[in-house]
Amino acid sequence: MSSNQNQNQNGARSRCAGCKFLRRRCAQDCILAPYFPPNNPHRFASVHKVFGASNVTKMLQAVPEEMRGKAADSMSYEASIRVQDPVYGCAGMIYQLQNQIMEVQSQIDIVKGKTAFYSAQQHQQQQQQQIEIGVGDGGGLGFGDFHGVDDQLLLWNGLAGVQHLEDKFN
Amino acid sequence: MREGGAAAAGRKNGVLSPCAACKLLRRRCAQDCVFAPYFPADEPHKFANVHKVFGASNVNKMLQELGEQQRSDAVSSMVYEANARIRDPVYGCVGAISSLQQQVDSLRAQLAVAQAELVQLRMREPNSSTHLASSNHQANVGESLWSC
Repeated sequence: MSSNQNQNQNGARSRCAGCKFLRRRCAQDCILAPYFPPNNPHRFASVHKVFGASNVTKMLQAVPEEMRGKAADSMSYEASIRVQDPVYGCAGMIYQLQNQIMEVQSQIDIVKGKTAFYSAQQHQQQQQQQIEIGVGDGGGLGFGDFHGVDDQLLLWNGLAGVQHLEDKFN
Repeated sequence: MREGGAAAAGRKNGVLSPCAACKLLRRRCAQDCVFAPYFPADEPHKFANVHKVFGASNVNKMLQELGEQQRSDAVSSMVYEANARIRDPVYGCVGAISSLQQQVDSLRAQLAVAQAELVQLRMREPNSSTHLASSNHQANVGESLWSC
């Protein structure tokens, strides 16, 4: 927030939105002036309605000068949400966001579950096809070694591999 | 009219003690005090924080503008926000909102990636119903052409 916004056409310093609202003289070192320029009266109006000018001043004084801009912005945001939702304010928004997080997380879990299911299904189908191919040609076509995704299940080496698998499943 | 619980807590030897708000503000606690149902005397910090951030006058105005059934929730949310502002004087509860919004965005991106992976996996299925359906469809079209 630049204090240049407080200058009128003649270069004289006009009152900030806070002092204008409170109908008082705007001092040179007015703590509100940098953060509540006169061209945005609603910003101060909502902050005053929710927190009160006195509390805003105290809260700004309580933080280091370099953080006052962010403090004023967050108070302005909080006040605007409270004006829109006088019952729940920002707490309502936090509650909604937490619900959204749970909802999206459960959607991710469902999709990952389906992925695991179809992946396992394809894996099983591939295994089945390899068994059928192996039994059909008696291993004479020189398939050689085959290492699938899971080496424990898919170690394959011609007839010896078939025997290995039969031993595993019997 | 005070709620039963708060009124019971406020009684001592049959005399109603002031609520936490009126105690802090050093005033007489009226029978119809707006604060009394929500700021019992045994929880002084609750009102102290709310008063520090919002001011008693603003809290009074905000409660007066609401229906009685909404006031309890309004007080709970104001207490929450006041505590957050005291813990973090710069960002208050807006810090939590920003952090949660980032989490939502990140999770939505994760969901998009997971859904894309699932679609790719389904497309790789050799015996998928879509594959068989398209084969059958082609066979049926062929038959119908010959039958004409």
